[in-house]
Amino acid sequence: MKIVVFVKLVPDLVEELTVDPGGTTLDTTWLRMIINEFDDHAVEQAILLKEKTSTQVIVIAPDFDGVDEVLFTACAKGADQIIKLTGDFSSINNHALARAVASRIKILQPDLVLTGVQANNDIDGSIGPALAACLNQPFVGYVSGVTLEDNTAIVQKEYPGGVIAEMSITLPAVLGIQAAEQPPRYVAVSKVRQVMKTSNIDEQPLDELDNSGFPEVTRMFQSETSAHAEMITGSPDEIADRLVSVFKEKGILQRTNR
Amino acid sequence: MSNLETANAIFYNKIQEATQDGEKLRNCLQCGNCSGICPFGYVMIYPPSRMIAEVRANRFEKILGTENIWMCVSCYACTSVCPAQIPITAGLMTGAKEELLLAGNVPSELQAALEYSQRYGNPLGESPRKRADWAREIQPEVKLLGKYRQPVDVLWFVGDYPSYHPRVQHIAQSMAKLLNALNINFGILGPEEYSDGDSQRLAGERGLFEMLAEKNGQAFNKYDFKEIITTDPHAYNAIKNEYPKLGFSFPVRHYTEFLAENIEKILPFLKNEINARVTYHDPCYLGRANNIYEQPRSLIQNLPGVELVEMPHNLKNSLCCGGGGGGMWLDGFQWEKSHVRLSEWRIQEALSTGANILAVACPYETSRFEDAAKNIDKTGQLRIRDIVELLVESMGV
Ligand code: SF4
Ligand code: SF4
Repeated sequence: MKIVVFVKLVPDLVEELTVDPGGTTLDTTWLRMIINEFDDHAVEQAILLKEKTSTQVIVIAPDFDGVDEVLFTACAKGADQIIKLTGDFSSINNHALARAVASRIKILQPDLVLTGVQANNDIDGSIGPALAACLNQPFVGYVSGVTLEDNTAIVQKEYPGGVIAEMSITLPAVLGIQAAEQPPRYVAVSKVRQVMKTSNIDEQPLDELDNSGFPEVTRMFQSETSAHAEMITGSPDEIADRLVSVFKEKGILQRTNR
Repeated sequence: MSNLETANAIFYNKIQEATQDGEKLRNCLQCGNCSGICPFGYVMIYPPSRMIAEVRANRFEKILGTENIWMCVSCYACTSVCPAQIPITAGLMTGAKEELLLAGNVPSELQAALEYSQRYGNPLGESPRKRADWAREIQPEVKLLGKYRQPVDVLWFVGDYPSYHPRVQHIAQSMAKLLNALNINFGILGPEEYSDGDSQRLAGERGLFEMLAEKNGQAFNKYDFKEIITTDPHAYNAIKNEYPKLGFSFPVRHYTEFLAENIEKILPFLKNEINARVTYHDPCYLGRANNIYEQPRSLIQNLPGVELVEMPHNLKNSLCCGGGGGGMWLDGFQWEKSHVRLSEWRIQEALSTGANILAVACPYETSRFEDAAKNIDKTGQLRIRDIVELLVESMGV
């Protein structure tokens, strides 16, 4: 069996984000990148599956600042192959990325593709379903547990309110991982440094990216804080009356003439 | 040999190599002093003496199977009483933590601190760009060596908690005011400063320690200064005893040493009476690990209106605050195992002396002891102050 994990780096919120003077994208001067938390879980889930069923694990990531460390860390955790996709990702979006990555994944012919269920920079939807569409394979998102049996995967999918469904999917398939069965493990720095000396990152250049389908961003801005808050006090009846009049003032409630 | 026997043999060799005299582990008398003095010895399934017995009997895997070792706060108490002079803290305990960590067996609280240290250069997970933000309001301005680019006399290594922790930032600010008042030509690294890495090392993350030490060492190499002073005894210990092994040798002093030497310059400024009975807590990495006992006490005794009283455990026999060796990032874990906070023991002792102020000289301690005092000191008798805060209070600057 072969599992491909697609990982991307996203803006690290430890630094305050600022908008580029152009007003449609983030200012990258001080931008730090970090592995998308859900992708980190996808890597962990793949390694857990490898430990149980000795599958082959390949981790793929587009070239962003810090990606080498992310890939070597995945390798130190147990990934068998690490691939860095190179190209111009300055105005990247998930439509273009999914097409480009899917073309690489097709060559690898994995039984299962894992990726994080979402990322903080998903402007045009999360990448998992887009990958599945490009690969013409089934997709399940919000997955928090995976078991492999012959050519099927049994997955736990999380729904709001603590409901979990168990589903069986015929492979090959794409899964959007919400959480691995256990938190991503720690790898000692010395282990990562060792791997850096003994392993290679397989660099694969991507062809021109096809951006079609990506919505045009007309304005990017910090969410605006407004200072107005009214505390309503009094008896339940008084509060209800006041609420009704507020809703009317704001146009949420309208008087209907009977 | 089985795998487990090999693991035991490798570990045994490693510990022997870690000690200057590899034979020492064999010299253990099994007197049990180490386990008796260990603040968490009674909750450890394998306190140090028993660990040594198991290792010698080729049963190290039994130890690896327990979480026992994460109770060790690297306080050096065991090492200081061992009649066979076995380096228990730095060799045995740290070595065992390294093995657990390499096997991926790390409590999650500690894992977060290690990951933050790796990614941001500080265990608190704060932005490295904001490392000098605490100094914004200080006048005259605190010089960032990267901007100032001129020789200074003193490179002040501020440290993680004084840089970021809201309570401990006040200590950094007090220190800056004091150095300014004394007209010392000093500078800081600011965003170029990384965690000293000593507590990460003693928590078993040797590789991370080396990475952080290299970054600091390279920054030290860039600038022209006569000596380093540190706010933090852990940083002092690292720069003095560990960085030279990695090729970075610089003269370094803890701030209490530096200020005690400059006491004649400080005295004329000390005008406000503190009016308190003060007791002093010896930090493990200033006292037991580095034998600095007198300088902090002399600074306190020079404060006007102060009576210095000693706690039952003092000097070499001081009680650990619980923050060392990764303890700073294992509070939840250690509470779960022991239902005891070492910092609360210390507060009880401080209260027993009738002191109004517990003076400290390590940035781990103010917040730990203040939190403990909230639980123990119901009448609000005790204030926790770093020595530098007391000096500045008396100076009124
Ligand atoms: S104090 Fe030293 S000699 Fe005594 S049991 Fe502990 S390690 Fe052995
Ligand atoms: S260093 Fe302190 S906590 Fe660790 S084993 Fe020795 S006495 Fe116990």
